[in-house]
Amino acid sequence: MNDVVEIRDLTVSFATDAGQVQAVDGVSLSVHPGEVLAVVGESGSGKTVTAKTILGLLPETARVRGAVVLSSKDGTTEGDVVTMSGARLRQVRGRDAAMVFQEPSTALNPVYPVGWQIIEGLRAHGKYTKAEARAKAIDVMRRVGIPDPEERIDHYPHQFSGGQKQRIVIAQALILDPGVIVADEPTTALDVTVQAEILDLLRRCRDEFGAAVVLITHNMGVVADLADRVAVMYQGKLVEQAPVRELFATPREPYTQQLLAAVPRIGEGLARAHERAARRADDWAQQTPVVQAHDLRIVYPGRFRRPDFVAVDGVDLAIRPGEVLGLVGESGSGKTTIGRAMAGLTRVSGGSLQVLGVELRGVHERDFRPVRGRIGFVFQDPATSFNPLLTIAECVAEPLVVHGRAENPADARTRVDELLEAVQLPKAFGARFPHELSGGQRQRASLARALALDPELLIADEPTSALDVSVQARVLDLFDELHRELGFAALFISHDLAVVDMLADRIAVLHHGKLVEEGTGDEVLGSPRDPYTQRLLASLPVPDPVEQAGRRAEWERLRAAEA
Amino acid sequence: MAASTATASAVPQRSRLARLPVVAQLRQSVGLQRGMLVGGLVLTGIFLLTAAFAPVLAPYGYAQLRDASGSFGAQQPPSAEHLLGTTVGGYDVLSRVIWGARTAFLVIVVAVVASILVGVLLGLISGYFGGWLDRIMVMIADAIYAFPSLLLAIVLAIVISGGQSSMWGGIFAAALSITVIFIPQYLRVTRSEVIRIKSEAFVESARVIGAGHVRIMTRHVLRNSTRTLPLILTLNASEAILTLAGLGFLGFGIEPTAAAEWGYDLNKSLSDVTAGIWWTSVFPGLAIVLVVLGLTLVGESLNDLADPRLRKRAAGPEPVEDLGVELPEQQEGER
Repeated sequence: MNDVVEIRDLTVSFATDAGQVQAVDGVSLSVHPGEVLAVVGESGSGKTVTAKTILGLLPETARVRGAVVLSSKDGTTEGDVVTMSGARLRQVRGRDAAMVFQEPSTALNPVYPVGWQIIEGLRAHGKYTKAEARAKAIDVMRRVGIPDPEERIDHYPHQFSGGQKQRIVIAQALILDPGVIVADEPTTALDVTVQAEILDLLRRCRDEFGAAVVLITHNMGVVADLADRVAVMYQGKLVEQAPVRELFATPREPYTQQLLAAVPRIGEGLARAHERAARRADDWAQQTPVVQAHDLRIVYPGRFRRPDFVAVDGVDLAIRPGEVLGLVGESGSGKTTIGRAMAGLTRVSGGSLQVLGVELRGVHERDFRPVRGRIGFVFQDPATSFNPLLTIAECVAEPLVVHGRAENPADARTRVDELLEAVQLPKAFGARFPHELSGGQRQRASLARALALDPELLIADEPTSALDVSVQARVLDLFDELHRELGFAALFISHDLAVVDMLADRIAVLHHGKLVEEGTGDEVLGSPRDPYTQRLLASLPVPDPVEQAGRRAEWERLRAAEA
Repeated sequence: MAASTATASAVPQRSRLARLPVVAQLRQSVGLQRGMLVGGLVLTGIFLLTAAFAPVLAPYGYAQLRDASGSFGAQQPPSAEHLLGTTVGGYDVLSRVIWGARTAFLVIVVAVVASILVGVLLGLISGYFGGWLDRIMVMIADAIYAFPSLLLAIVLAIVISGGQSSMWGGIFAAALSITVIFIPQYLRVTRSEVIRIKSEAFVESARVIGAGHVRIMTRHVLRNSTRTLPLILTLNASEAILTLAGLGFLGFGIEPTAAAEWGYDLNKSLSDVTAGIWWTSVFPGLAIVLVVLGLTLVGESLNDLADPRLRKRAAGPEPVEDLGVELPEQQEGER
């Protein structure tokens, strides 16, 4: 049978004010019918641009050379998307190739019922009576796993959860039974437990609908779980192409090897945690904790007669000197709120939260300010956490100036240079502005700023979630190194169990504002007691196709048990 | 790794001159937009030069009625002695038009500087602290918006000058009455920017560091929230001239012996128009139109250029992520 998509020597460049920017450089790639092809690479590697050319979705500033031949599912027609006319392109889209977007909440139009949006594809491609179209839409909704489709077809997007919305987006793609579905980071915006379900659905797209799936992702776990074949891209070029087991077992290219090595795996950090535990003094457990929360409650007041939102509900935890506590949870679990409360950015509404001996419930800013010098904070997005008008050196010097350790940024320069060196940035970077640094460099500068005053407590709120895998690995290594040298206590917040595992001495799992499980890495990851932790662990795809196949069976068993 | 980052090439910086506000926009602009900007800049430049060199350019003083050869005479048509003729009061039209640029310039400077100082300060406080203070300030600003601006200017001109009409008294009366009208604009623009900036992560990071309110406001918030001010500034400058001319035209301006003022001259030339004496009204009127046109063109094109939807973004080269990957030699060769 013919390939559904054949990309031949594709080159895409964008015209910008700064000149031509080459996004894709001579890529040749083919998608066989009924397979899942994963295109992996880091941000800026050209993977999304390559996939978008399959549907002819590039902006007007793009210049495309080469050919993208798209065949219909039955193999009767084929055409080159690059040279196709607008009318032909509209015909092909949806029928031969469909798209699943990253963010399901923005991919659906909020003012139309979901059924209408699914049927829209049918209307564009032929004549159906209302009843026929509705029946077809209900059928496809049932097949993607929406319960009660007869009723829910008239609901609006906001009445569905994030995972269900993504199911509807997939239903939209499936309604015309296309030969290939392009899924652009389909699970990045979703929580881990939901991600497992969507991956399961995408697998069924292949098995039950017979569609080929082009999966664009940066998550190697997702690749291991779903893909049949993998194409690795780097800086616009295709580096390596191989069946999934072969790629994970024996990566040929150095870039692929390095990429795979950078992926954090559960269990890697345990050795380090043991080592740290062994080094501690005997009376360590009796030392006064740096942070002590008791029955902590944080409530966001509701507006317009809506009920109050309880973000954190009765959490007890403690961080002792020199200890790293990993706080894990899905979006909305209250993990960031706890971190912000510790830094005095969010008010504590109930219980007690003591940070470095200061009770934060009802504290006055005046009383807390001296303590702030002893707390460092690393923000999630390094791009926005620097004042764009100050140089890196000035930003890093800011805490020193505020707490009177230096008269002005120039005065603090020696210490700033030391700090930049500690986070492995060249001194010369001090003179640059934040936008002139890459994401990983910025996050390192952000660490330097947080450590400027030698804090006793460091709060890191998802410090690596905005970074690519290989950069993430370096920042995590750096964090570990600095922790070993400086011995601060830390709260490390993340949604990624594997990341937390690399650094944390103890792990706390949050679910809907409640602490469901807390313990050392051995306890939580080795033998989780709480069903939620078990599910979370089972949902997490590991970057190894063989092992992941076994884990998937375990996950399916857990899910069947729940139902 | 330290070695690989050290070899990263320095990011090229544009020269300091090219990054100055107006120069930078001029370099960005293309086509019609550039034409508008250049036209505006030329008109504004002529206006500024005229204001600066008025004593050199003007053949006579603004209040001069006679020279060595005697009185000028009223309503004389253009001639070799008086290139643009004389007014009903017997002044030289050309000299008064030139000297008028100086008055207009002073009024603009005083009005804009005063309203920026007060408006930005109030907007900063109002946006940063929020709460009841913010609500009251916004309410007052809205109330001022609701008044016809010229009416307000008249009332204020009377209150401020108290009927005096010396040069500086008149200039300050006009400028400050314009100031009061402009403060709400600066307040609202600054306030909305401050509210946006306030929730940015870098302001939170300053709070976490323990910086005080004053430091956060001045160092982190203020400098980031004044980007749009140059645009309102140029647009307001042209509005200031119109208000000044309006005040003068209605008789709340500056006496001809204190300073030359285009609005006042227009007022006095009202009866001339029906008598076929065109030169007394056309030239001050033309001066107002051209200056307003120049400033508006500059303001509008700066406004367009600042909006990325109306202009293509000048993106610098994307910083390359340092992956620490050594690609094999033959691949390097291919590139």
